[in-house]
Amino acid sequence: MAISKDELFELLKLGFPDGEIKIDDLAGDNNHYAANIKSSKFKGKTRVQQHQMVYAALKGKMGNELHALALTTAEK
Amino acid sequence: MKEIQKKIEEIIKNNKVVLFMKGTPKMPQCGFSMTVCSILKELEINFFSVNVLSDEMVRQGIKEYSNWPTIPQLYVNGNFIGGCDIVKEMHENNELQKILIN
Repeated sequence: MAISKDELFELLKLGFPDGEIKIDDLAGDNNHYAANIKSSKFKGKTRVQQHQMVYAALKGKMGNELHALALTTAEK
Repeated sequence: MKEIQKKIEEIIKNNKVVLFMKGTPKMPQCGFSMTVCSILKELEINFFSVNVLSDEMVRQGIKEYSNWPTIPQLYVNGNFIGGCDIVKEMHENNELQKILIN
């Protein structure tokens, strides 16, 4: 179970069209990533809500195909 | 509400600080769970831990409970605080200490 960096980027870009998105493949195994996302969509949202929005953009892949995604989110 | 959701709610309501994790505080089975345990230990916080690996119903149920797809999950005073990333961020800027002390 894994997901490519490009696929991950596409999903995030689809969810956050104005997002500044940075992705690191932490272990080089397509399974442990760190993502940093800045988007205007996060405005006025709590941190929990911001991360929930990211998970929603990943359409159920988080916790399944994607084992680990360290997230930092911020308003743009 | 499903039986498992009721059970989870009771655990969260009856304990001030609850960590749903993989493994136990003495033997975490995942790096993210270990990180949150270390932070709570460093702050000398007593917490109730639930090992989701020993109960598949709880493992699935807790993901639905807070609409959060990953483990660990930290709850304080009945509220969902976040997963590993959020707990780390809140520890670094002292927010976590504030909510745990009150």
